[in-house]
Amino acid sequence: MPVPPDLAGRTFAPTAPYDVSAAKIAEFSAAVGQPAGPDGQAPPTFPIVVAFGAMTDLMRDPEVGISLQNVVHADQRFEITRPVVPGDVLVAELTVDTLRQRGGADFIGTRSEVTDASGAHVCTAFATLVHRAPEPTDLP
Amino acid sequence: MTLTPGADLGPSQFPITRADLVRYAGASGDFNPIHWSERVATDVGLPGVLAHGMFTMALAGRALSSWLGPDDRLVSFGVRFSKPVVVPDDDAGVALEVTGVATEGEEGRVRVDLTVTVAGEKVLGQARAEVAPGA
Repeated sequence: MPVPPDLAGRTFAPTAPYDVSAAKIAEFSAAVGQPAGPDGQAPPTFPIVVAFGAMTDLMRDPEVGISLQNVVHADQRFEITRPVVPGDVLVAELTVDTLRQRGGADFIGTRSEVTDASGAHVCTAFATLVHRAPEPTDLP
Repeated sequence: MTLTPGADLGPSQFPITRADLVRYAGASGDFNPIHWSERVATDVGLPGVLAHGMFTMALAGRALSSWLGPDDRLVSFGVRFSKPVVVPDDDAGVALEVTGVATEGEEGRVRVDLTVTVAGEKVLGQARAEVAPGA
């Protein structure tokens, strides 16, 4: 099933607040092999942890209902106001900026605004997700 | 030290093994089985287990961060995931190589164009960053 055509323009509820601990940054840093920076700054792609939560909420939405394994991440861009540091409490609010449907695939252009506990901007994460529904004959 | 236009950056090389993908899945929260299960990956038509695009981007970001001066500030960083990185189930994995070229950007910023390859083939497209240089 393709996603509903009226998905474009929809803004989803913000994700649950995410408490960023030094331990979580250390775990991410170890996984990418990049030690935390001054003041415990997380590596630059760390905000994907929060933005991915927003993308997961989008995929699980009853009106969207797409399975992660049928989704390809086509591109990703961060516009960064400041690095993430331990003690940050972050939320991501995702908007579907664009939706193109062609060749049986949905090209979903998303923008997730990541803000801290004061509501100040931390970064914006832009991602294009390409969804290909399985062929009907492939369904169990 | 600050990043200056005209600089040739890298190369930086990073191995990627299945163990790295499992560790990244846990740290990032992206448990898509195409990044750890050969069965699921091939069932959905992929050539094998793929590295998370965000993991390859993170390694490019690691190289990028190593090229910045202490007061330089990363303003934007973007990539297209142009070619999947298939990671074999062995101890060696694959080697990701990252190089960069710094040029003058807009508004006094430095633009960095990154080239990210595995076995000589580009795996990220339009990989670029903008840096606000420190004093």
